[in-house]
Amino acid sequence: MKADPKGVLTGSHYLDGDHAAAEGALAAGCTFFAGYPITPSTEVAERIAERFPEVGGIFIQMEDEMASMAAIIGAAWGGAKTMSVTSGPGFSLMMENIGLAAMMETPCVVVDVQRGGPSTGLPTLPGQADMMQARWGSHGDYEIIALSPNSPQECFWTTIKAFNLSERYRVPVLVMMDECVGHMTEKVVIPKAEDIELYPRRYTKLPPDKYLPFLPEKDLVPEMIKAGDGYKIHVTGLTHDEKGYPVMSWEAQEKLVRRLVEKIRLFADELVDIEEDQTEDAEVVVVSYGISSRVAIPAIQKARKKGIKVGLLRLIIVWPFPEKRIFQLAEKIKGFVVVEMNYGQMVLEVERATKGKAKTTLVPHGGGWVHDPEDIYKAIKEAAK
Amino acid sequence: MLEVAVGGAKMKFWRKPLDLDKLELPQGEIHIIKDRCKGCGFCVEYCPKDVLELSTEFNIKGYHPPYVKFPDECVDCGLCEMLCPEFAIFVKEKKKEVKKVES
Amino acid sequence: MKPTEQLVEEKKIEEEHPMEHILRMDRIPHIWCPTCGIGTAMTAFATAVEKSQIPLNNIAVVSGIGCSGRIAGYIKLDSFHSTHGRAIPFATGLKLANPKLKVAVLSGDGDIIGIGGNHFIHAARRNMDIVVLCINNFIYAMTGGQLAATTPLTANTSTSPYGNFEQPFNLPYLAASCGAVYVARWTALDVRRLSKAIAEAMQKKGFSFIEIICPCSTIYARRNRLGTGLDLMKFYHDNMVIKHGANVEELGIGFQSKIIVGKFIDRERPTFLDAHNRWLKSVLKDKFREYGGPDD
Repeated sequence: MKADPKGVLTGSHYLDGDHAAAEGALAAGCTFFAGYPITPSTEVAERIAERFPEVGGIFIQMEDEMASMAAIIGAAWGGAKTMSVTSGPGFSLMMENIGLAAMMETPCVVVDVQRGGPSTGLPTLPGQADMMQARWGSHGDYEIIALSPNSPQECFWTTIKAFNLSERYRVPVLVMMDECVGHMTEKVVIPKAEDIELYPRRYTKLPPDKYLPFLPEKDLVPEMIKAGDGYKIHVTGLTHDEKGYPVMSWEAQEKLVRRLVEKIRLFADELVDIEEDQTEDAEVVVVSYGISSRVAIPAIQKARKKGIKVGLLRLIIVWPFPEKRIFQLAEKIKGFVVVEMNYGQMVLEVERATKGKAKTTLVPHGGGWVHDPEDIYKAIKEAAK
Repeated sequence: MLEVAVGGAKMKFWRKPLDLDKLELPQGEIHIIKDRCKGCGFCVEYCPKDVLELSTEFNIKGYHPPYVKFPDECVDCGLCEMLCPEFAIFVKEKKKEVKKVES
Repeated sequence: MKPTEQLVEEKKIEEEHPMEHILRMDRIPHIWCPTCGIGTAMTAFATAVEKSQIPLNNIAVVSGIGCSGRIAGYIKLDSFHSTHGRAIPFATGLKLANPKLKVAVLSGDGDIIGIGGNHFIHAARRNMDIVVLCINNFIYAMTGGQLAATTPLTANTSTSPYGNFEQPFNLPYLAASCGAVYVARWTALDVRRLSKAIAEAMQKKGFSFIEIICPCSTIYARRNRLGTGLDLMKFYHDNMVIKHGANVEELGIGFQSKIIVGKFIDRERPTFLDAHNRWLKSVLKDKFREYGGPDD
């Protein structure tokens, strides 16, 4: 279905990443936002607070991040498209309820504008150290989808994509930005509403006496309803059966959790979104995401000038991790150079995916500023030997 | 205080009501779903007419459900139905019969 | 149908409890202990829902974690069993996304006032249009009997094995000071007045709070040598004092002390959504677009 024009700010704008993400949410039809201010994500909330009254949505600043996450899950069950934003410390607070959203199979979007960590860290400076937390943050077994934009224009599109994926898979989707991309101002072109494709919520057409809230369709995702339509369902965070009723048994656990995990894992091929540049003849591939991928570009150009055959593989959908493509490349190339603003998070996935067929080098950075392209170039040179 | 029989039950009055011959007490029929009962005793304790008593028989769970000791005394107040935590007892209004009133 | 089958059918129909259409009968009998008052509180809620005449499709129930939190699993309405303490913000989101729903939060004292204390005071402050029924059994029963924010002084709990020395909350005082528009307290014994109060609260716009004092037999009564739930009910019978409009500051509960019940606060204040729409319309005038609900 097409986007509703009331939320689409068509035109060519000069926006920062946070504001572009807010516009992306509005274009995707988000009508409920609950958040708590935290640098550097506050601008998203501020823009939504300004724009929602014109577009017809409800903005509420909750008392903390746990309430924000609970409120967006409740609002999703009330029938709205919902979103929240946060950064490192707030992300940690939201973890319990992200698990609840995964368990209740609630479509919602959470934007994490990463900053220097751990703990209070560097509130106004970038980091990329929440990537593993995005995947494993909440307790228990579940799968989520996470995306990482590297420009304000991409912030706009990945937020829309996040909403679409959350509806398709009935799972909370995370948009992992970083403070640099969030506070960077660039040209953002927003098209007309009819050029924006949205995935509609998978509401059931079955009558209440035939509908089972957690009976999956062929793609392992059940159809959804909203409260107030007379279905009188019970939705719980306890392990439950198809009716939604809690069941205390290992069989129910096996059935439910296996499905929660497989509904993403078995469809991982559809969830590959990477941008490759010059990887056809490459001997070394730089794997990166977010702002670090832009910082890697001058290093790659310098290496190419010096005759090293190097390419860039940029992750846009970071989780589920595109292991098949990494393995494919691993069989041909000498090594991967992983550039990320942390002390080794996505590099672990790259290493695992290569299955030992190619060397993996990490160019770490504690955060607070971007990499020095010279360090990346040195690592590329080393990997090419 | 006078004790006057109205219908099948006895009622206490401060004075004899002027319309005693027209007075009709509601009558209730108590239904007990024995196997749901957990023997808490709320209904027995708080019935205003002391109609119920815990029986000595066991239900399927091993509890003693109540039984209706004085079926004619029930006045369909519904307190047992509202107090029961297990939804194991409810009252239905008994079909009305015209009863003579004696004082 | 054979004559015996017909007799059984008739008996089955005759044996149907009048509240069964509002209960998930496939999950009855419930998990609560014999002489637990939560079943009674649930009956009062079900009766009130019928009395209030709000269409059943428009009511949603949200509860948290704990014995009282299991109520959501037994009521046949759109019910949500969320995480510990987060029932109130969940209900906030649910209500704001679909304003025509009447949302009731039924949960325990530990869930609403302990871990959920922050959410409680903010929802009351904002006057969210929800009904909060706090089933107070003075203890964290489901996890085995730990100290709660409402446990009276000197009571024995598993984390205060030598007796409680912490001052408990006075819940109606807390609710009233945070701006709740309807504050009442009843015991599980007083079912008629309780269900009338719940029906009143369901009809009222704004944050309504009813504290339901409930016997807990296996945990609170047993730990404190108070007998069974029936003995606690007898205690309520003898020590309950009805004082409508009493001064909320004087409503604290001591260990086996008098319990003052009644309707304490009943006032009017604009709800969050009303204030949101009215204010923004006055500031933005024609540019304001009101949220049209989930089907917009």
